[in-house]
Amino acid sequence: MSQVVDARGMRCPLPVIHLARRAADEAPGTLLEVWSTDPAAASDVPAWCRMRGHDYLGAQPHEASVVGGAGHTAYLVRLAGDPQRPPAAGATAQP
Amino acid sequence: MANGAPGRAILDASSGPVHPLARETLLAAVDAGWADPRRLHGEGRTARRLLDQSREVLAAGLGVRPSEVAFAPDGPAAVRLAVDGIRYAGRRRGTRTVASAVEHSAVLVPGQHLVATTGQPDLFGLVPVDRLGRVDRDSWAAAVGTPGTVVAALQHANGEVGTLQPVEHAWDACRAAGVPLVVDAQASLGRVPPPPVYDVLAADARSWGGPGGLGVVVLPERTRWALDGPRDPDQAVAGATGHTPWVPLALAAAEAWQQTAAARDEDAAAAFALVERVRAAAAALPDVEVVGDPVDRLPHVVTFSALYADGEALVRELDRRGFAVASGSACTASTLEPSHVLAAMGALTHGNLRVTLPLAAHSRDRDDAVARFIAALPQVVADVRAELGAGRL
Repeated sequence: MSQVVDARGMRCPLPVIHLARRAADEAPGTLLEVWSTDPAAASDVPAWCRMRGHDYLGAQPHEASVVGGAGHTAYLVRLAGDPQRPPAAGATAQP
Repeated sequence: MANGAPGRAILDASSGPVHPLARETLLAAVDAGWADPRRLHGEGRTARRLLDQSREVLAAGLGVRPSEVAFAPDGPAAVRLAVDGIRYAGRRRGTRTVASAVEHSAVLVPGQHLVATTGQPDLFGLVPVDRLGRVDRDSWAAAVGTPGTVVAALQHANGEVGTLQPVEHAWDACRAAGVPLVVDAQASLGRVPPPPVYDVLAADARSWGGPGGLGVVVLPERTRWALDGPRDPDQAVAGATGHTPWVPLALAAAEAWQQTAAARDEDAAAAFALVERVRAAAAALPDVEVVGDPVDRLPHVVTFSALYADGEALVRELDRRGFAVASGSACTASTLEPSHVLAAMGALTHGNLRVTLPLAAHSRDRDDAVARFIAALPQVVADVRAELGAGRL
């Protein structure tokens, strides 16, 4: 069962900040589902996972509906086993 | 005047500023070359002579014939004309276009529009790039080898992240497939040697310190290129694209080319070292990723992204402190979409800053500007993160 981080209506970088705050409170292995309406989340949630060593499992679009309200995308993240974040200072993109 | 407003550090030179001598030439040409170069009177003949001279200077600099140099209203229009003319010339063989995922929107937006309006995704082949922004060679070869492909477009270098593309390899793959290659040199001309191979070259005079409002299209005689529509009766003056530029713009662009080309290698070496310092300083900050190839890149461009920082706030805070810097973050764009270049590279798109160094000829104090930028950056990033309560994440 996944935990929902509801970041709908927020603009970058707030969805990733909310995700990071929740990740700090949850146990390793937890499945988080980030709900976002911000197009930047499609790049930034996977990039955050890469920088923090978590597993990015993909995105699921949720169409707007009478029951569910406005449409959003759910980004799935599995928190890594090691709760210590890797040092990111000095990080440079590698191919 | 040549150094901009006092105390301002110009670190966003993608749209200029104009080389000081090109500025003088532009002002003089407003008086000397205002006339329509098609007119037969003395003023018209003077304008015609100045336009022809400008074309000769650019042709000599690019190693082509003057008749192979045509103009466009701006850089993006030059790219569109380059692609459209190759596609039209090849219309009997197909209409498919191939481009890298980090091409200019002048290539990507029409391609995506074509797919959307025809419902045929095969008509536009998008080739992915790696984490450094470099096109994948095997994917490129496969994409241009797909039947029905009639034109391919690849940047010489990307103006947002600086990464140089393997243009020669891409051209070889295109030749093997019989597909002409458009090389978009909008970000690179004047900063590095021109691309060694292409079937059409598209450029923007701003990249070598020339004025805005002038695109250049180089069409070698061997290239099959044509536009739809009636033949232009002014082609002798206007060139293949049919665009006759305002003569002062062409003359200023030629002056800027001569000045910038003469100083290019020295300017590039100095800029490369300055960018190296910015890259190192940014990478030393916590949770900052420097994007793009560290070595095989444009000398004067660097971009990086700060996790948990708002790109718009970074730009505003730096502006307040006297720095003009760009950003590829969504919140700084009118569209609310982040930079497609950063997204295609898998880079963080928020908290993004992009430094494009001006030519030393314009900003003689650019060393000092970079030093001040490096000194200000840690506090600016920390302040912007703290605003969002993200200082300790």
